Amino acid sequence: MSSIPMEYYLILSAFMFSVGVAGVLIRRNAIVVFMCIELMLNSANLTLVTFSSYLGNSIGQVFVFFVMTVAAAEAAVGLAIIIAIFRNKKTVNIDEINIFKW
Amino acid sequence: MKRERGQIKNDTNMPQNNYEYFLLMPQLIIAVGIVLSVLVELTTKKSEQILPWLSIALFVAAAFDSILNINQNFVLFGGMIEVGGKPAIFNFIFNIGAALVVLSSIDYLKKYGAYFGEYYILVQSSVLGMMVMSGAKDILMIFMGLELMSICFYVLAGINRKKLSANEASMKYFLLGAFATGFIVYGIALIYGATGTTSIQNLVENFVTYSSNIIFILGFVFFLVGFSFKIAAVPFHMWVPDVYHGSATSVTSLMSTTGKTAAFSVLIIMLSAVFSGASNVFRPYFATISALSMLFGSVVAISQTNLKRMLAYSSIAHAGYMAIGLAAGNIFSVAGIIFYLAAYVFMNIGAFTIISIVEGENDSKTDLNSFAGLNAKSPILAALMALFMFALAGIPPLAGFFGKYYVFISAIQSHLTWLAILGVLSSVISVYFYIRVVVFMYFKESVEDFKIQISPYSLTAVIITALLVLVFGILPDTLMNVITSVLH
Repeated sequence: MSSIPMEYYLILSAFMFSVGVAGVLIRRNAIVVFMCIELMLNSANLTLVTFSSYLGNSIGQVFVFFVMTVAAAEAAVGLAIIIAIFRNKKTVNIDEINIFKW
Repeated sequence: MKRERGQIKNDTNMPQNNYEYFLLMPQLIIAVGIVLSVLVELTTKKSEQILPWLSIALFVAAAFDSILNINQNFVLFGGMIEVGGKPAIFNFIFNIGAALVVLSSIDYLKKYGAYFGEYYILVQSSVLGMMVMSGAKDILMIFMGLELMSICFYVLAGINRKKLSANEASMKYFLLGAFATGFIVYGIALIYGATGTTSIQNLVENFVTYSSNIIFILGFVFFLVGFSFKIAAVPFHMWVPDVYHGSATSVTSLMSTTGKTAAFSVLIIMLSAVFSGASNVFRPYFATISALSMLFGSVVAISQTNLKRMLAYSSIAHAGYMAIGLAAGNIFSVAGIIFYLAAYVFMNIGAFTIISIVEGENDSKTDLNSFAGLNAKSPILAALMALFMFALAGIPPLAGFFGKYYVFISAIQSHLTWLAILGVLSSVISVYFYIRVVVFMYFKESVEDFKIQISPYSLTAVIITALLVLVFGILPDTLMNVITSVLH
């Protein structure tokens, strides 16, 4: 791993994070938006593991386990919410879910 | 668990090892209570009648345990969590606030169609998350506490899953809350990369050195953006009106008060180096979001006819006033923010509880028109609502006035006079929409004819909050002395 410079990993994760942010802002399907959020969390995980490896301490790797656990819990709740809204509304398009305005 | 902590010495204030769990009693009370509540929910048929009282007992016990041990200020478990001192005050606010919310939701939830025992378990879990956040001494704890609180709030917002408005609120809250979490985790990753540790002790000690590190600054800004979502500051506020409007009123009162307090407690912890004298590199950021939030919240609230939505915008404005304290960044401003938060929690819980009493079935009767002529229908509710509106507007001698006063003074001390002037200006604007509610209640004829069923539990909760707002307003020194004594 040490043959590849740290910057490569960091640039890749920054790119993944940007894709995630752009996806959340652009896409209109709730599930795709949620996938983009997971991408953001995973890019943070990659950053943590990279730093952990290059700094030579394990805190970052432990943190990644916590992030993954929390992401799983969040996915469970999030998908349940999306299913609940789909049952009532028969759509998961964010633009059509608009009872509340301004 | 043994962890390498390198440069950090946990020499100061460490208790004897087997003594740690006693000091963690408030958190343990709630944690054991959650397990107990799940068992009650599983084994009994009438859990929705038992659990509210169990929750209130747990909250009150945890609140008094933390406030009685306020002088036992220790850092436990190898620099993970702090007990006593500042966290004790926050724990007291969270627990008393949650107890009042639970008391007011007993009868409200029947009306709302969410008469489940699970509601109370979720409230308890979210309070545990807040307590973990306010005592965090490691960024890992901040993250875990934040997620425990937020995930419970996502579910609570949509507690009635058959209701489309609740579904929509829940989904908006979830998507934007998780989006903010993404920013926070990425920020934490960069902070970890720049510092090599997640310890807040280390962050505070070497804050000045790190301030010249671009990766650290970048990570911290990501972290602050994520938390700006959580405190509902402009320009990260777009979820607030919809979520506060669509959720059950009792849930709104919980997440708009204690949830925001927990987010502010984290910001205070992360910036504690700034508050003890380091130069505030993030001052432009906080000054901008606080100026925008105050003005935007106050101006847009004028155009709202729904009271829940109006209070949502007012809550944005209040986040702005509190962020003045973060921009000022001196020891006096921490005390001001904590006082403001305590006052804000009780004012807002009171106002939302009155809305929940007047509210009819299916989210009806939350409009301004439903409050027209309230004085004729129920003089006591009208008087209490007027009290909370005056307090939120910041009219002396009520608690809201002193909150604003302390924060503005701290801004002037840090040479941010322009921000204090903006704060006063937007307070003046905000008086318009708060007083309009009072005008509707007292000077307008009733337009909608309906009877108000006053629940005795909710009324008790409102009266307790009103007393607290009055006491904090008339005798602000009692609370202020406690706060300043733990900050030194």
